Amino acid sequence: MIVRKKVSRIFLYAILVVMALFFLMPIYVMIITSIKPLDEVSLDRMWELPSTVSFEAYRYAFERLYPNFLNTLYLVIPATILSALFGSLNGYVLSKWKFKGSDWIFTAILFGMFIPYQSILIPLIQFLQSIGLYNSIPGLILVHVVYGLPITTLIFRNFYANIPYDLIEVAKIDGAGFVGIYKHIIFPLSISGFVVVCIWQFTNIWNEFLFAVSITSTGSQPIMVALQNLSGSQIVQWNVQMAGALLAALPTLLIYILVGKYFVRGLLAGSVKG
Amino acid sequence: MSSDKVLPFLFILPSIIAIGIFVYGFISWTGYVSFTNWNTLTPDLSFAGLKNYIFLFNDYRFQSGMRNTLFFTLFFIIGVLMSGFFLAIFIDSNIKQESIFRNIFLFPMALSFVVTGVVWQWLLNPSTGVNILLSNLGFEKLPGWYTDTTIAFSFPLGSIDFGIPVAMIAVVIAAIWQMTGFSLAMYLAGLRGIPEEVKEAARVDGATEFQVYRKVIFPMLMPITVSIAIIMGHISLKIFDLIYAMTGSGANFVTDVPGVYMFETTFRGNFFANGAAIAMIMLFLVAVVIVPYLVSARRGDS
Repeated sequence: MIVRKKVSRIFLYAILVVMALFFLMPIYVMIITSIKPLDEVSLDRMWELPSTVSFEAYRYAFERLYPNFLNTLYLVIPATILSALFGSLNGYVLSKWKFKGSDWIFTAILFGMFIPYQSILIPLIQFLQSIGLYNSIPGLILVHVVYGLPITTLIFRNFYANIPYDLIEVAKIDGAGFVGIYKHIIFPLSISGFVVVCIWQFTNIWNEFLFAVSITSTGSQPIMVALQNLSGSQIVQWNVQMAGALLAALPTLLIYILVGKYFVRGLLAGSVKG
Repeated sequence: MSSDKVLPFLFILPSIIAIGIFVYGFISWTGYVSFTNWNTLTPDLSFAGLKNYIFLFNDYRFQSGMRNTLFFTLFFIIGVLMSGFFLAIFIDSNIKQESIFRNIFLFPMALSFVVTGVVWQWLLNPSTGVNILLSNLGFEKLPGWYTDTTIAFSFPLGSIDFGIPVAMIAVVIAAIWQMTGFSLAMYLAGLRGIPEEVKEAARVDGATEFQVYRKVIFPMLMPITVSIAIIMGHISLKIFDLIYAMTGSGANFVTDVPGVYMFETTFRGNFFANGAAIAMIMLFLVAVVIVPYLVSARRGDS
């Protein structure tokens, strides 16, 4: 019995290790390819370690991607903060100040999270052109704040649902109103809610591609569009592409490594029932 | 009316207006455009009836894209559910280094579909990557991955060969690699929510470990399974960036999907009305999956 248990334990670990290697395989290839000098990047030696380490590919990729890296930074910081603030207020109203029809309004807002963005893209571009924000970072910020409303509202609404009503009632008896309760009770209790929402929004906006590629052209393109262009052109070598992909992925990977707990919480909150 | 009734509404009003315009208003406008003749650079909003839809349903590329979406969705959902479920059970069975394994399976979730596409494009390139490993293992006939134009089990339907597009399997592998973390996290949360007493009770009744999973744990995870399937389903119905970065529409449109077709026909070809019609069909497919889910989630709420 004990032997059988041991065998099945070994089997269990073997499967997990094989799966882990499969999941890490792309990262391995990205790293070893990106540090290879150009003459070693050949198809048949793809899995081999480099004989000498070269950061030439990083230098080239960084030069190419740096302006777009900045564009994404200018986009992602204000868009994340704004959409978290709106989400917090909406979540507060929709959990603690429900009014007639507010549940239907919530469902109607939530639907916006699931639509294929192709179905709003043509009018969106016409609209951005008409207000002069087409092909601009502020235009992209507006878009991400608006289409981020459903998810940020959902996460904060579920988060605030755990704050007991008694707390609100006591504050009401003490004479606090809608704004006072938010300022003195809800907002101070929101820190971990804000962390989850900000990480979620930061990651999504950083990684987003469809809006970025349709709303911007040269000059204001975010990093993911530049990365796609980098790999779309034939002249650029594989080591540069892999270095570029790693550079573009680094911020969200770092967030995942540093505050993975909150990242997973956001992931779970993204599924409607919280 | 007291200010405590008006104020909350005033605070949420900007969001309601924004969603009203940007979601519902824009969808209506796209719907309208899909019935017009606007298939040139300059807007032409004259009414065209069902012309664009009829064109699409007879169109080789659109039919290919729908076939590809069907099989992508099917294999992607099954793959993500199974990989997440089994990994969650393994990780949940008291293993050492649990957090290391969990982190490894979850990290692709932090990446962009564009990054995933760029890397897997190379890994599944027929002349390099995984195929080098396979040929070292002694395989003679190497898979063509996303360059394979075979449609397996095919029969003619409309203007296309209907069947399993072999090239999509490569894209499905990349997509499963990226999204397994989601189902793993959901299942792990679900498994940890099942009280130990429930499993213990089944074991006391003489159930084998396998029966405990099949008869007790799996049924209790059913709502989670449905949630994952619906969320993965809506992602796959509108997939764009992964395929755009990894393969494009492929030879003979073997890896084309409506999302890529919509983007290219609208913004590269200036066929705005056709693009709008594709977008409306995509919206319809997603709504069929999502609306019942939202309504039932709302019911469960109240």
